Amino acid sequence: MASTAPAPSVARPVPKAGATAARQGTKTRRRRRRVDPVFYAFLLPALALFTVAITVPAITGIFYSFTNSIGFGEFEFIGFLNYVVLFSDPAVLSSYGFTMGFALVTVVLVNLIAFFLALGLTSRIRFRNTLRAAFVIPMVISGIIIAYVFQYLFSNSLPALGQSIGNPLLSQSILANADLAWLGIVIVTTWQAVPSALLIYIAGLLSIPGEVYEAGQIDGATGWQRLRSITLPLVAGYVVINMIIGFKNFINSYDIIVGLTNGGPGTATRSVAMTIFTGFTGGDYAYQMANAAIFFLIAIAIAVLQLRVTRGKAAIR
Amino acid sequence: MSTPTIETIAEPTVQQRRVPRQRGRGRVGQERTNVPATVLLILAAVTVVVPLYVTVMMSLKTDAQAVDGNAFSLPLPIDFSTFARAWQLTDFPRAFGVSVFVSAVTVAGTIILSALASYAIVRNWDRRLFRWSFFYLLAAMFLPFPVVALAQIKMTGLVGLDNPVGVAFLHIMFQMSFSILLFTAFLRSIPEELEESARIDGATTTQVFWRLIFPLLAPMSATVGIFAFLASWNDFMMPSLITADPALQTLPVVQSLFQDQFTANYNVAFASYLMAMAPAILVYLFTQRWVLSGVTQGAIK
Repeated sequence: MASTAPAPSVARPVPKAGATAARQGTKTRRRRRRVDPVFYAFLLPALALFTVAITVPAITGIFYSFTNSIGFGEFEFIGFLNYVVLFSDPAVLSSYGFTMGFALVTVVLVNLIAFFLALGLTSRIRFRNTLRAAFVIPMVISGIIIAYVFQYLFSNSLPALGQSIGNPLLSQSILANADLAWLGIVIVTTWQAVPSALLIYIAGLLSIPGEVYEAGQIDGATGWQRLRSITLPLVAGYVVINMIIGFKNFINSYDIIVGLTNGGPGTATRSVAMTIFTGFTGGDYAYQMANAAIFFLIAIAIAVLQLRVTRGKAAIR
Repeated sequence: MSTPTIETIAEPTVQQRRVPRQRGRGRVGQERTNVPATVLLILAAVTVVVPLYVTVMMSLKTDAQAVDGNAFSLPLPIDFSTFARAWQLTDFPRAFGVSVFVSAVTVAGTIILSALASYAIVRNWDRRLFRWSFFYLLAAMFLPFPVVALAQIKMTGLVGLDNPVGVAFLHIMFQMSFSILLFTAFLRSIPEELEESARIDGATTTQVFWRLIFPLLAPMSATVGIFAFLASWNDFMMPSLITADPALQTLPVVQSLFQDQFTANYNVAFASYLMAMAPAILVYLFTQRWVLSGVTQGAIK
């Protein structure tokens, strides 16, 4: 999404410059001009460092995924064996199941909350700026620290509350319950992820010109019709962006899970990222490299899929 | 949190369906304050404040009061010694220093590398190399860190970067995509004529960049810098995996101390959490303007 979006808006200036006769000279000169070598020097540091830090590790990672390396020492090529084993490894499959399910629930929850908060914050309310500033605070707090705070609330305060109202389910820490621990992670992740989605929705709502609503008014559109037929289509592009950014972030979850459950109880809330990192301590380096490669393919597939599904609705330039 | 806000919207809808004209006009005209929405939003804001309230209250309690499990009670008596104890336990000045170092290097490196690359890309967009470089550099936005993490950990270890310098370096690399996106969008809005006049006066490309373009980029650099700061300051995953020496860990990583040995001393733990999160909150309060605009610009442009 983000990588394709800027292209058309940039390609435009060239033909535009050629439109007027006066600019014709500029255009041809620009086409044939030589690039100032300094520009290469400007671009090179970013390109070189990026290649060293990201591309090379990615390629070596894929290379090792076809070996039986344990991270050091000698190794042999074993073809696709790591990949074959991956698909029947319950530990890996359950981490994908948990991560995808958690990401899906969270992305829906975050977008619902953020959208309605944005509607509220762009309407005529009091203390608008103060409220807006307050809602953004979770974004600036370290995930691991806020997870520790919530961990205390979930394992001490909530059970105390549950005992006082006599609810057996709440009387124990939800984080210690294999069936409920994921809920705690959803709550904390949502708490932290709403602000950025909220700000994007606010920008989307503010970009809708007031005249559109006035026109709808004259045609007798009700509030619900205005929301459905004017607001939602016009912010559809923002929904897409929020969904992609959100899902991409959530399948990557690590900090908050470490702080809340550290993957437990058992391995009930172990995310893909955490499983991959076990490759560093657990001795199956090459195996988790294969896992990482699959994870990357999934990340790309999700981005492409979401773009496909929502193309046409995305009205963002 | 979600239910009350949904009702905010749903409620006026029903009324408007009955009398669309009159009700509706008042709302679009927007002369009146929407009191129910204000109240519901304030209630929703409580969910943001509660964990922070708990953190402050807990950090001020005595050992005896901190173990009773009631997170919401007021500290009686107030005990400030928790901060001194947390300061000592976490060796706060050292961890703080490491965090400041990593964040500062990340901010400076991100701004300079991204601004230079963005300028080169935007002004040479008609050249394939620059266009492709743009998409290449942007690709990292879709690349999850865990995918390259194992290889990166190994690599940083091999070249002696398993320390805060290596962490800052990787923070810059992962921050660059987003920053280049912001910078290129902003640079496209700067008319080239502005530069041409400087060039006619004989300025070189380097001079044009540092004297004209970089100062013009200042508001965007502020946004880029704040996001780089927040990402770097708050990060747990990368320093915990990259930095080998526990004595060189950043503030968020150091907090895990309270998960192991000192679980009973919740008050000290919360005092420590508060000291770790306070700098980011302070920076946010003073730079709200750029934070708020940055998120949206990154998504829309």
